[in-house]
Amino acid sequence: MEADLVARLRNRDRAAVAAALNLADDQRPGPRAQALALLDALERGEASPGSARIGVTGAPGAGKSTLLDALLRGLRRTGQTVAVVAVDPSSQRTGGALLGDRIRMRAGGGDDGVFIRSMAARDRLGGIAEQTWAAVAILCAAFDCVFVETVGVGQSEAAVADLVDTLVYVANPGSGDTLQFMKAGLLELVDVFVVNKADTGAPAQRTARELEAGVRMAEREAKSWEPPVSLVSARDGTGVDALLATLAAHRRYAIDAGALRARRASGRERFVIESLTRRYGTFGVAAIGGSEGVIEQLRSDPARSSFGAASALGHAIESALGSPR
Amino acid sequence: MSQTHRDRPWVFRTYSGHSSARASNALYRGNLAKGQTGLSVAFDLPTQTGFDSDHPLARGEVGKVGVPIGHIEDMEALFAGIPLDRMNTSMTINATAAWLLALYVAAAERSGVTASQLSGTTQNDIIKEYLSRGTYVFPPEPSMRLTTDIVAYTVANIPKWNPINVCSYHLQEAGATPTQEIAFAMANAIAVLDAVRARSDVPAEAIPDVVGRISFFLNAGIRFVEEICKARAMAELWDEITAERYGVADPVLRRFRYGVQVNSLGLTEAQPENNVIRIVLEALGVTFSKRARCRALQLPAWNEALGLPRPWDQQWSLRIQQILAYETDLLEYEDLFDGSHVVEKQTRALIDSAKEELARVAKMGGAVAAVESAYMKQQLVAANTRRLREIESGERTVVGVNAYQETEPSPLTAGQSILVVDGSAERDQVESLRAFRAKRSAGEVTSALRALDDAIVSGHNAMPVSIRAAHAGVTTGEWADALRKRFGEYRAPTGVVAGESSAATGDTESVRKRVRVLASRLGRPLKLLVGKPGLDGHSNGAEQIAVRARDVGIEVVYEGIRLTPAEIASSARDEGVHVIGLSILSGSHGVLVVDVLERLRAAGCGDLPVVVGGIIPEEDARALREAGVARVYTPKDFDLTRIMDEIVDVVALQAGEAPAQRAAGERSP
Repeated sequence: MEADLVARLRNRDRAAVAAALNLADDQRPGPRAQALALLDALERGEASPGSARIGVTGAPGAGKSTLLDALLRGLRRTGQTVAVVAVDPSSQRTGGALLGDRIRMRAGGGDDGVFIRSMAARDRLGGIAEQTWAAVAILCAAFDCVFVETVGVGQSEAAVADLVDTLVYVANPGSGDTLQFMKAGLLELVDVFVVNKADTGAPAQRTARELEAGVRMAEREAKSWEPPVSLVSARDGTGVDALLATLAAHRRYAIDAGALRARRASGRERFVIESLTRRYGTFGVAAIGGSEGVIEQLRSDPARSSFGAASALGHAIESALGSPR
Repeated sequence: MSQTHRDRPWVFRTYSGHSSARASNALYRGNLAKGQTGLSVAFDLPTQTGFDSDHPLARGEVGKVGVPIGHIEDMEALFAGIPLDRMNTSMTINATAAWLLALYVAAAERSGVTASQLSGTTQNDIIKEYLSRGTYVFPPEPSMRLTTDIVAYTVANIPKWNPINVCSYHLQEAGATPTQEIAFAMANAIAVLDAVRARSDVPAEAIPDVVGRISFFLNAGIRFVEEICKARAMAELWDEITAERYGVADPVLRRFRYGVQVNSLGLTEAQPENNVIRIVLEALGVTFSKRARCRALQLPAWNEALGLPRPWDQQWSLRIQQILAYETDLLEYEDLFDGSHVVEKQTRALIDSAKEELARVAKMGGAVAAVESAYMKQQLVAANTRRLREIESGERTVVGVNAYQETEPSPLTAGQSILVVDGSAERDQVESLRAFRAKRSAGEVTSALRALDDAIVSGHNAMPVSIRAAHAGVTTGEWADALRKRFGEYRAPTGVVAGESSAATGDTESVRKRVRVLASRLGRPLKLLVGKPGLDGHSNGAEQIAVRARDVGIEVVYEGIRLTPAEIASSARDEGVHVIGLSILSGSHGVLVVDVLERLRAAGCGDLPVVVGGIIPEEDARALREAGVARVYTPKDFDLTRIMDEIVDVVALQAGEAPAQRAAGERSP
């Protein structure tokens, strides 16, 4: 069954993509087992470097969706297929969510090469949950480029950074979030800064200068990529092509320098630890040697997928704790 | 009997137009013969949003909510036999206002009337389109440019024209409190006047005349004492703003001039005969106080919540105006409220609170900034949520709806009680459009479009070249496409991401519990797609559904307005939703909903339940249910939580479960 679904995903069969995403969201034991098998198959069969994974984060109102719409159009012009996972916060009181990102991403209307899926953050502050990882894995099987859009809340960027190859931070001119951003100490996570609404003129320029100064001050590993600051107007299209070129340059750099492989490996390690901790608590993880134990296990078997590893280590915890599933 | 002085009455209008220019012309002539003193043109949605009748997005919408005007010959047919130099014509047109005014001027010129002889109004208020009405096309900045192009042109060339009707009408429909209505309308007018003042082609000494041509378009709700105070407050505030901000010395030019359509959204589908009483009382609110009396009034018909009114229904509303103006003694007196300390106190309170709100908006950078940041929209959505909750809880009485529902059968609604538009209207319009395209001079059209493009790019006033294009035979879609190419298109903020709504009632808690239980059976949270197919931009209903669904714990994909059935079907599949909610107020539900159902089947999602809300006559509702729609909601379904409960039923049924037993004694749907 997975083999068939995998083949349909690779053929960009939209009904299969949607069905796989529904399956990966399903918490009932049967579908969950099927989803794990599918994800395991997808990850093990993944080409290297595979599809590009790009995170787009920033404060509410920074124009992330509008920017993404412009990027989608640009990528479509070059013939690449694109998918977006758009994560919006859930109401902590009711559990409901209003997912409104499609309104500003009209590039997909009627285009077979664009796929947009809205997701609620549920109980995750930044919205990066197991389901997001699963969605990205599924979409990577079908599309050349997969974007993950989240609201930056200061704590979620690290989780997005683990999931993607390139993290883009969208700043709102004159809003003061630059300062917030520096304070949050997130400079080292971001690969590309975008100051949107360049059409506002002076405020955009000022924000760009502030960010550039911040980047220069940040201590980064020697020889590593220095994050550029792109001025873009999603509204009139200024700077969109240049930003696409910057994203491509970062991808080339990451592949050539081996950073991509290292980043994905460490991202997966953190994902498995996080996933186990959520399910079994620190006490559960301690039962199999804590984080170090998990990392050791993962490194000893690099061929294993993160989903497969999380599942197997979960069973190990259950038997260590002596609690039947 | 001694001869007493009577004031001249306001202009009597009826907002009307449908099917075709010819059918609407017959309607207008009939209305004028019955004593109507001005015209109010309703355009169909393709005309309002700049599409020709044969554009894919126009499908099902042609001639529905108004008259289709595709080119100069349509405009000539619309006013055939009506002397334009003696007519006062109000046109409800916004994004494409420059074009429809150009067609009007060109049609007048062909009948031997010059532009300078024309009088009337173009609504031309784009800000409220972003906030409520939804027939915007271009982004705010170029839209404001078009708005001020019309102002600059008419002040110089059509001195009796009101180039803009700053609308608070639609803000009230979107849920605005009187304070918000006053403040947002004033902020809007300031944005327009500031933009006009910044133009190099409008000399500073012309500004007082510009101010004198700005008019407003108000709503009048059932709380008519408050409405009297609202109009008085606006008059006072406008006088102050125009004197202080724009230095207008002549008090005549500072007068607050406004037209009114009384509240249509408050008209009820239940016991619709009661609407006549509501309309009368609402008309009083804007005519009672001489100091703040409207200049023009259009009254809706009693049956608008049921469907399109017939000529007789419109006549009944016209008679209300005539009785008020000619039979009663209203127009024989000075202002009845001057010196009333109650009215004065309430007016003062509204002015004070509106000034506070106005200052807040100014601090954000004015009306355009407050639209783009979604501030205004979020305020309106929140206010509307509160209003609807008050109706649901019974805190606000609506006779026949949430109180006194017992009724004798109404003889007025026995049998056919609305107008049914001939289904061939769209086909005929498309045919006549194609015939028109075939006979015009291609060379003239091309050169007129080139001149239009040059003016757009170089920043020259778009009006003269648009009038030339009208004469050359350019169509509505071609004109708008030329502008789309340079200006781009726009999606306004929805406001539905505004914070949590007011405290949950017991009802929502019980539905939320059902949502949670169902989600655990489905394996994942309940997901709903809400969208509006077609061109109707009235998004208030869809927004309230989306907000309430979120409040009962549903994950809502809100897709907004102007969607094709194909887009809705593919979004529903891609998003993996469990149910789809469609909202259509333009009357084109028949064509559009069936199209969505077909495309869902084609996308392999034929079993996905669809619920529909709108102004849908019972006969149509039955047809929709037969076509496979799970539930149909109309304006009488005011209890949103109840709707949510039924949506849970629909999804549960689809998932193979029996609907939950409801406790006895609950309200009937």
